[in-house]
Amino acid sequence: MAYAILQRLAQMVFVMFGISMLVFLIFFGTPGVDPAARIAGRNASPEVLEAVRKSFGFDQPFYVQYFTMMKKIFVTGDLTSFVNRGWKVVPAVLDTVPVTLSLVIGAAVLWVVFSLIIGVLAAAYRDTWIDKVLMILGLIGISMPVYWLGEVMNLMTQSRFHDSWLFSWVPPLGYKNLSDDPKGWFLTLVIPWITLAILYIGLYGRVLRAAITEALQEDYIRTARAKGLSETRILLRHALRTSLIGFVTLFGLDFGALVGGSALLTEVVFGLQGVGKLTFDALQNLDLPVIMTTVLYASFFVVMANAVVDMVYILLDPRVRTS
Amino acid sequence: MILEVRDLAVSFRTEQGLVRAIDGVSFEVFEGEVLGIVGESGSGKTVTMLAVMGLITDPNSVIEGSIRYRGRELVGMRQRELQHLRGREIAMIFQDPMTALTPVYTIGWQIAEQILAHQKVSKSAAWDKAIGLLDEVGIPKPEEAVHRYPHQLSGGMRQRAVIAMALTCNPALLVADEPTTALDVTVQAQILDLLRKLRKAHGSSIVFITHDLGVMAELADRIMVMYAGRIVERATAARLFAEPRHPYTRALLDSIPPLDGARPRRLRSIAGAPPSLLNLPKGCAFAPRCPSRLSVCDEAKPTLTGTAHAVACVVASGR
Repeated sequence: MAYAILQRLAQMVFVMFGISMLVFLIFFGTPGVDPAARIAGRNASPEVLEAVRKSFGFDQPFYVQYFTMMKKIFVTGDLTSFVNRGWKVVPAVLDTVPVTLSLVIGAAVLWVVFSLIIGVLAAAYRDTWIDKVLMILGLIGISMPVYWLGEVMNLMTQSRFHDSWLFSWVPPLGYKNLSDDPKGWFLTLVIPWITLAILYIGLYGRVLRAAITEALQEDYIRTARAKGLSETRILLRHALRTSLIGFVTLFGLDFGALVGGSALLTEVVFGLQGVGKLTFDALQNLDLPVIMTTVLYASFFVVMANAVVDMVYILLDPRVRTS
Repeated sequence: MILEVRDLAVSFRTEQGLVRAIDGVSFEVFEGEVLGIVGESGSGKTVTMLAVMGLITDPNSVIEGSIRYRGRELVGMRQRELQHLRGREIAMIFQDPMTALTPVYTIGWQIAEQILAHQKVSKSAAWDKAIGLLDEVGIPKPEEAVHRYPHQLSGGMRQRAVIAMALTCNPALLVADEPTTALDVTVQAQILDLLRKLRKAHGSSIVFITHDLGVMAELADRIMVMYAGRIVERATAARLFAEPRHPYTRALLDSIPPLDGARPRRLRSIAGAPPSLLNLPKGCAFAPRCPSRLSVCDEAKPTLTGTAHAVACVVASGR
């Protein structure tokens, strides 16, 4: 088992290396494009261009350029944005990480808990009105775009009903540090958490219901009934337990992507300076060093989430352990 | 008498209409005997016993008739009460050991789970009992085997584990639904040996479902032959093999290759195919394939008559 985990970690490092190469090639190896001009930004003076060339080693062989870039990102951390005049990129990205993590982890807790409840309830009462109501609610949750839902939430909690007893506790938009102001951190994030989680609650609830319903058709469920177990036990210990494998796969992919910047829309709507927002801004003014760093950061989280999923598999499914 | 089934009928509502899986099935199981149910796929042998276990959960099913276990009516019994009987007094061994066990738990866990569901014992006592049971069904190194997951065991070992699980509470009635069909021949023989031994040790009655007449001859005291959802013949094993009366039973026995003497160039087979349960003939369901068919056979369904050797055939019972 330890060997399987180590093997998976080694694989992860290899994939990360491949991604960094690929990203580097796309940004700096595209023929006909002068990366120095891109990094220096529009209307850069020849002196700045020269400085960029020197700093990134564009007068040197390609592999040296790659290692210079990786060194700037991972070792010295002194990658500088020329578009934003002297802005240090790595600390800027690291500053946004806690914001995105706070948003995504909180939402993930909500969506896992509620989708489990909804999926299990709907499967337990399948084909009754309880199941139908829950599944329609889920569909509504999936159908509401997050930018729309977020704005509606803001409209209600920040302006329209802000003075009513219901939403008077909602603080103004923005992010507060967990270490400085835990209560403020929590209160500012409640509405964003709910907004981001609703889509996934609907999606995961429906997926889980389908998986449990399918598991209930399996032969081992008939065996469990023949053993004289209670329906609750059969549902939770046998059907749900075997359905969790697909649930975890989906969770790993979504969680990785969200931490990697896919929570952009939620971040923009609620004024949270997260990784998604940073990438979005960098793309708008073609700030290559920032894009390079955030893409690497995002891929790191997606790859890591996948590795974690595979390791959870090893815990969940004994069949993976031996093969 | 441990089990008494009277006029049991199970039907399923489908889009094409009502499917009568079994109809007018009556039989009894006596203390300590092995009752064999033979029939081809779709003849209703498994459905009969699933109905006895209360395991037909399809909302589109209709179960009629009476099933009495030691005098208690099981048809219409509440699930909660049935749960107390299932696994404790009536246990079932399923056909395919590959899929009958939950893949994510060790076999020890699954056996202990059943013990804990029915008996007030500690977890470690349940675990010890699981080891004892695995030993009894002939799994080598039982104290290691309890920690194995189903996929880590061979088919024969898995079926032994399933049997051990069925035996946890010393059931009075054991239903074995083709327990050897998915296994290869040598393992089949071992499993049959094991069942015979366990029957002596535990004194349980066994209902053994199979389509393999050879297996039946080895194990059963009495045999019941089913065709298209009905019992066509019922007799002691010796009599059924010596003087089969129903044309279907005769045809089945004729299709077994002889062990000695000249082998026929082609095995005898039964012409035609069993009827669709959606659209059963008005008369005898076997009539379209029957070599000794008379015109009366198409008019009404023959009833099962006779006590020691009962047969549902107008021709055989000489009416």
